Amino acid sequence: MERERKSDERAAERAALAREPADTVASGDENEMDLFLSEDGEARRRFLKQALIAGGGLAAANLLLHYQMNAAAQTRAAANLASAQTAAGTIPVTLHINGREYALQLEPQVTLLDALRERVGLPGSKKGCDRGQCGACTVLADGHRINSCLALAAAYAGAEITTIEGLAKGDELHPVQAAFIKHDGFQCGYCTPGQIMSAIGLLKEGCPAGMTVRECMSGNICRCGAYNGIVAAIEEARGAKV
Amino acid sequence: MHPFTYKRATDRAEAIRAVADNNNAKFLAGGTNLIDLMKMNVQSPTELVDINRLALKKIEQTPTGLRIGALASNTEVANNALVRANFPVLSEALHAGASPQLRNMATVGGNLMQRTRCYYFMDTAFPCNKRVPGSGCPAIPGFNRIHAILGASEQCIAVHPSDMCVALAALDAVVNVEGPHGARQIPITDFHRLPGDTPHIDTNLHPDELIVSVDLPSAGFAKRSRYLKIRDRAQYAFALVSVAAALDLQQGRINAARLALGGVAHKPWRALDAERVLTGAQSSKMQCRRSTTLSRSSWRSAP
Repeated sequence: MERERKSDERAAERAALAREPADTVASGDENEMDLFLSEDGEARRRFLKQALIAGGGLAAANLLLHYQMNAAAQTRAAANLASAQTAAGTIPVTLHINGREYALQLEPQVTLLDALRERVGLPGSKKGCDRGQCGACTVLADGHRINSCLALAAAYAGAEITTIEGLAKGDELHPVQAAFIKHDGFQCGYCTPGQIMSAIGLLKEGCPAGMTVRECMSGNICRCGAYNGIVAAIEEARGAKV
Repeated sequence: MHPFTYKRATDRAEAIRAVADNNNAKFLAGGTNLIDLMKMNVQSPTELVDINRLALKKIEQTPTGLRIGALASNTEVANNALVRANFPVLSEALHAGASPQLRNMATVGGNLMQRTRCYYFMDTAFPCNKRVPGSGCPAIPGFNRIHAILGASEQCIAVHPSDMCVALAALDAVVNVEGPHGARQIPITDFHRLPGDTPHIDTNLHPDELIVSVDLPSAGFAKRSRYLKIRDRAQYAFALVSVAAALDLQQGRINAARLALGGVAHKPWRALDAERVLTGAQSSKMQCRRSTTLSRSSWRSAP
């Protein structure tokens, strides 16, 4: 009986999937976001399956596989988190980010990067290696560039944090942002927020005597290899004394 | 990361008491090494005592030299005018290490407490005598081009990764620490240990002792000091080998010499034989070459 019911459910699911793709694909950004933000992950699995059926192809299959692996990791992480809450509990942490104050209740192990991305709703700072090696997570703390993935959020309570979202004034870009666009200082763009924050830190700190811009940007890796554009953008911004 | 409790210390005594009361508690300063190791479950303290609000950041001149607060960042020390003028080897060593972001976070105290970057120590899938005493050392028969050629044991061939500590060894630095039973001073050459049969113990600092500052004595050789680092890329890599060298020269004669080697042993390695050969000699290329040959006599690859 049990087995039959499950197989019925699967048949119904397949039928639903066969009907749904066109609707979902056409449904616009907001619904897509709802799918991804849903609590149980079921909607995200459905979305990816639809992408697989509708688009086919290796990329979608890889995406699904990646998602499934990620989901397993997330389940493990959630289990860890649950034990953290019972073992250690949460603590109040007030962060000052881009001139705004955020009163949060966090587990002690939450990094500044995760707090920004997952709790405050500022996903501009990127998670690359999560080990302080790639620089995608670079933010400014009291004006100094740091790897937010190695910073515990609790330890940065009270510091003035600046993220990529805090640079532009309305529609007016920060000069370093404008220079990156002018000089094509990126390709895929994933490392760019970290590169820009690091460049702003560099312009403020200055490059130690005898070191080149490349050396002073050694904490930021660009997988696409857009280094020539990045260096040109920073040289220009440096000349303009940002 | 395993769960832990977080406590922010407001004074030294409170911080020391908190760590003394819990065998599994650790001080948190910059966190650049500790948080990384915690993410990989190489270390799993149950409590972190955040000392970042303690007043231990000052860099100040003393009657006998310079005192550097344990919470001064790598960047602050490297860019400090007194350090650059009077102890250039320290500034150069700090600028040779890590990335700008990490140098802004990392502190002098944390730098002294850095753990090895031995691949096998960092990967919990492998046995490691440093991580799990008695479990074995896969580095000895394994990949070990970044490992010790001096002072290694049958138990461990890991090396100390710090650039700063190599400079401190050449400068005869003294580490000031405080614990539940009072304060004491540890000369830098006694601070780190050789692995011997206890590779899991990196330093002679007691677990409940807090590093509060580092003293650099004014010495004739300190001003004429340089740091040279050889690594796999021009920036942001650990040393394959590095050397901190300091000479006190008077009219072409070497009054005093200090040579410390990095990336080759479980602690910054003072090349005392070579220093002896140089001391009192006329400074010449010949003499320098002789000192290198001497210091090389004790080199040995994995046991």
